[in-house]
Amino acid sequence: MLHGHQTWVFSNRPTILSAAAVGGPFEAKGPLAEDFDILHGDLWLGQDSYEKAEKKMLEEACETAIKKAGLQKQDIQFFLSGDLMNQIISSSFAARTLAIPYLGLYGACSSSMESLALGSLIIDSQSGNYVLCGTSSHNAAAEKQYRYPTEYGSQKPPTAQWTVTGAGVAVLGSQGEGPQVTAATIGRVVDMGVTDPFNMGSAMAPAAVDTITAHFRDLRVSPGDYDLIATGDLGRVGHKIAGDLLKKHGLEIPDNIFTDCGLLIYCEDQPVVLAGGSGCGCSATVAYGHILNRMKKGELKKVLIVATGALLSPLSYQQRESIPGIAHAVSIEYDH
Amino acid sequence: MAVLILLSVILTASGVYDHIAQWAGAGTAVPVTGFANSIASAAIEHRSEGFVLGVGASMFQLAGSVIVFGVFAAFVVALIKTALTLLGGS
Repeated sequence: MLHGHQTWVFSNRPTILSAAAVGGPFEAKGPLAEDFDILHGDLWLGQDSYEKAEKKMLEEACETAIKKAGLQKQDIQFFLSGDLMNQIISSSFAARTLAIPYLGLYGACSSSMESLALGSLIIDSQSGNYVLCGTSSHNAAAEKQYRYPTEYGSQKPPTAQWTVTGAGVAVLGSQGEGPQVTAATIGRVVDMGVTDPFNMGSAMAPAAVDTITAHFRDLRVSPGDYDLIATGDLGRVGHKIAGDLLKKHGLEIPDNIFTDCGLLIYCEDQPVVLAGGSGCGCSATVAYGHILNRMKKGELKKVLIVATGALLSPLSYQQRESIPGIAHAVSIEYDH
Repeated sequence: MAVLILLSVILTASGVYDHIAQWAGAGTAVPVTGFANSIASAAIEHRSEGFVLGVGASMFQLAGSVIVFGVFAAFVVALIKTALTLLGGS
């Protein structure tokens, strides 16, 4: 049901029956390693290309999530997924393996919450009983497509971020026990004219702020109503900017509530990640692994995940277009 | 120079070069090591697309512009030199 200008409130409370997070070698060395279902020590995953490795990760995450929910593939009505590869091949090829009716999405790194919001809408409107929502990203595959060959020795500035190698998937159901999706705010595309692809946190921060303020305005709630508000992949630079912009909008979110998945996923002693994690896999694995685990332990009751995406392409950047940002917010509640 | 090229290619292939370059910056980019790395890394990267359309077509993805502008700059310099020789000779 539409609430306010751009927010859906799900009165039937779609439930996250299970979720799975798959990660790569860098994520295995990070502080959230315990929250992953499967961790791979090799970027290739035994495949002959990085693109195939990403697809394999997404398939593994889907299979694990379905198994954890105690379901079979044929029980799932719809599969909603997106990724960063050209023509979203990781999602489409994983959907080919799964043979579940599929809707491919693209919202760059915001695809994780875009799929969860749309999946919840399907469940809430009783258009399906079980929906699978997922996203994936692969560090080397993304580097190859968006930047330079992985072994090319270019020097990256400290504002650059590290694409997460990971896949996160959630199984949504109309009934059952688990965290419930209560609302979703669909974001606008916001472009403040940032053109540096090595500073995507700055490009996405205004979009995150726009969606967060819209969420609070539409639902007439305040930051204090949440135990955790996590943006997707703003990194150190974008997180600071988002905090400052929110203050300007009169929304001061305390530091213990406001965080960023790109900051949580890696440690300080992993300097190669520079400003933090990014990619579809960043918000998906942190939300479906770490944050849901904390909710299940009873540490968090109500969280807002604001997945942020930079809607650029290598072509648009070369043609000197600025980087448009987008953010979608999904509110998840779990009362034991 | 041949040693530098060989060393750069070996370091690229073993996955070490990009880490050295992040630290060294122009120190590795300006000498011929940067040029060798740009060709070797592109060749490795596009191996999965086959030898002809992958390695062959993409090998000079980054180094191509260096060659194009290098050859053009050499042509301009040669023109100037020829002109000066002709003027000096007359």
